[in-house]
Amino acid sequence: MENIVNLKVENHNLAAGDYQVVVFKLGKEEYAVNVLNVQEINRISNITRVPKTSDFIEGVINLRGNIVPVINLYKKFGLENYSSEDEKTIIIFMFGEEQAGIIVDEVSEVLRVNVDDIEETAQVYDSLITEHIMGIAKVDERLLILLDLFKILEL
Amino acid sequence: MNMDMSQYLDVFLEESKEHLGSLNHKLLELEKNTSDLTALNEIFRAAHTLKGMSATMGFEDLADLTHHMEDVLADLKEGLLTANTTVIDILFKCFDRIQLMVDNIESTGTGSLDNKDLIKKLEGIKRGELTATMESDREYHELSTELPLTDRAAENSLDFNEYEMTVLKDADSKGFNIFHVLVHVDQGCVMKSVRAFMVYRAVEEDGEIIKSIPTAQDLDEGRFENDFELFIVTHLSQEDIQKNINAISEVTVSNIHAINIKSGLAMPVYFPDKDESKTNEDDISDNNDEAIASHKVRHTVRVDIERLDNLMNLVGELVMHKGRLEQIGATSKIGELNDTIEQIDRITGELQSVVMKVRMVPIEQVFNRFPRMVRDLAKELNKEVDFIMEGKETELDRTVIDEIGDPLVHLLRNAIDHGLELPEKREKLGKNRQGMVILRARHEGNNVYIEVEDDGLGVDVEKIKDRAIDRGLISAPEAEKMSVEEAINILFYPGFSTTDSVSDVSGRGVGLDVVKTKIEVLNGEIFIDSKAGVGTKFVVKLPLTLAIIQALMVSAQDEIYAIPLSNVDETTIITENDIKMIQNQEVIVMRGTVLPIYRLSSLLETPGVMASEKEMYVVVVRKSERQIGLIVDTLIGQQEIVIKSLGKILGGIPGIAGAIVAGDGNVRLILDVITLF
Repeated sequence: MENIVNLKVENHNLAAGDYQVVVFKLGKEEYAVNVLNVQEINRISNITRVPKTSDFIEGVINLRGNIVPVINLYKKFGLENYSSEDEKTIIIFMFGEEQAGIIVDEVSEVLRVNVDDIEETAQVYDSLITEHIMGIAKVDERLLILLDLFKILEL
Repeated sequence: MNMDMSQYLDVFLEESKEHLGSLNHKLLELEKNTSDLTALNEIFRAAHTLKGMSATMGFEDLADLTHHMEDVLADLKEGLLTANTTVIDILFKCFDRIQLMVDNIESTGTGSLDNKDLIKKLEGIKRGELTATMESDREYHELSTELPLTDRAAENSLDFNEYEMTVLKDADSKGFNIFHVLVHVDQGCVMKSVRAFMVYRAVEEDGEIIKSIPTAQDLDEGRFENDFELFIVTHLSQEDIQKNINAISEVTVSNIHAINIKSGLAMPVYFPDKDESKTNEDDISDNNDEAIASHKVRHTVRVDIERLDNLMNLVGELVMHKGRLEQIGATSKIGELNDTIEQIDRITGELQSVVMKVRMVPIEQVFNRFPRMVRDLAKELNKEVDFIMEGKETELDRTVIDEIGDPLVHLLRNAIDHGLELPEKREKLGKNRQGMVILRARHEGNNVYIEVEDDGLGVDVEKIKDRAIDRGLISAPEAEKMSVEEAINILFYPGFSTTDSVSDVSGRGVGLDVVKTKIEVLNGEIFIDSKAGVGTKFVVKLPLTLAIIQALMVSAQDEIYAIPLSNVDETTIITENDIKMIQNQEVIVMRGTVLPIYRLSSLLETPGVMASEKEMYVVVVRKSERQIGLIVDTLIGQQEIVIKSLGKILGGIPGIAGAIVAGDGNVRLILDVITLF
């Protein structure tokens, strides 16, 4: 298990309306989540399958003695198959007491996004996926899909 | 109180709860036997300590209420009053109120509450009046003018500065008496300051005034109402002091009590202002010594449960790494290493059992609130109940204790509401008017059994079946086939209820299924044993602890799982030929009994192809009363495992009880036999 980035979140003095997001890739699409929810990013190979759960639950991992569920968004969103490498890049999120990981292809960067650049998804798309998405952010020419992790994890 | 008391709040809450516990318990005893002096003394002591503590902490309303309770209790002790039902009911109400205030203090930090209603009743009792005459406005007024003083007295009696404390301790060690005197100057008195001065002089002839409220200067200038308080160190007796002060005209001692420094806390020992205070005094000081003695017997340390959880986690990690070491030892075959590992094994084993013991708490904590609940319930439902509790000293892990209360409340309610008949009906049936409800706890192996037994109606199997068919829970042909045992278990089906009327007590839609679920979450089991007309017995079986258990590690294809050893009856080897089919269900015959078998890999839908080997391992597990065989690929061995929760996101998966971190750092899942099939 190799710890690539340890994002210690300190006191962020964001200008009003500014978000800091972690950008990552699932297949060809770029997604983003609020940096405040991200605990760390790891490469992990030993994921234990959990039977009888939703198929987008990839399994559980041992994160320094804690059992953390890992979510496979490719399956949830019906995306192209991800690389079948043994070691997977996993972003670990923190929600109060609960932790969860998401398998991603790669973590690109940490960006600042202005609220004005975020479009409400309901107006753009009309698919099932929208309920897991908070909006689409436009940064330069790129489109970042802002995930609503709480809804995804059904917390 | 200027001092910051917040650091003592935890101690206060903890001790208050203890005293409330004993108060509750003894009140019930007193109700059974109104002349029970020991119980009365205990109640008095508990109320008294509560008063002292709450005054120290600045919870004036609480101190005030307990103070008035104490007044009534003192009269009860002296036999001036008798403990009739009215008195005891009001004492119970006071108890409830105190509990409420303590709860409020715990949740909000303040315990302010208007207790004038109860205080008025207490005063009424003390004056020997009936409740009916107590509602008049005059008394209400009288009372509210009286309150501030007694209130202040209770609080300030403990408010010494360090210098005063030193003097008091010094005086105490030299054998002087310390008194707290409440002096009353007659209403019509013209020169109050002169009276105060005279009191001062009279006292200082044979002693010393340590402190006065208001201050000496204020007294000198007459800046006080009609009462003031003095703290006196003297070699004279209480009576002499009282006599000396009373000798001054227009001045009376309205209250005098000794202060005991010995106990470490400046708790005043309250002496009621009565003529026969001599005998009474001896009585109480005896009690006080007893109280001190009983405090000395137990040498305990209060530890935050979080610290214990931490310790438990660390021991868990240690056990895990010990497992890893054992693996290394087994492969490397170095003699010295293995010797050391054996030692570590022994020590961690001991450490583990010590930590477990530290976390053990007698179930008494949970049981203690039941007698009161049963009493109230019985009154409400017009039933007569003889409630017996056995095995209160049985110890259980703290985590289990915290969770078991609600299910037991439910079972007891169930027994009283649904189980027991009304007294008249019982008489007709030739039973004792009083129904019996027994709550029993005992150890057996690595389990604790808690039983709730009643001698009431019992379960009417046919009625249950009919009801279940009515509600569409089962079909008529299914009901036909059901054994008595299976039918009784319908009680645990979600949404099942047997009573026609919805009472206030049970039948609020929360059924026994909730109890069952809760107990299963605790890794426990529940059974019913019932005979129509004779009674019903609920048996709850719980593991001693939830944290570390013995498990059998098995594999299903590439995956490894842990089965709690408490669920495993035995393991055996079978061949393909042993498997027979009955109604599309694979079974084997073991020692003459038919055992249904399931393949673990198909139950868990493991990826990959089933290896068809000639010999197969079967783990025989127990689900409630039934045995089931589980075919696994290999038996890896027995291991101590530290149970970890799967968390909120993955919680509640059928068949999975939790997870462990294995010696190699991988996560393995623990199978939950109860919900696997």
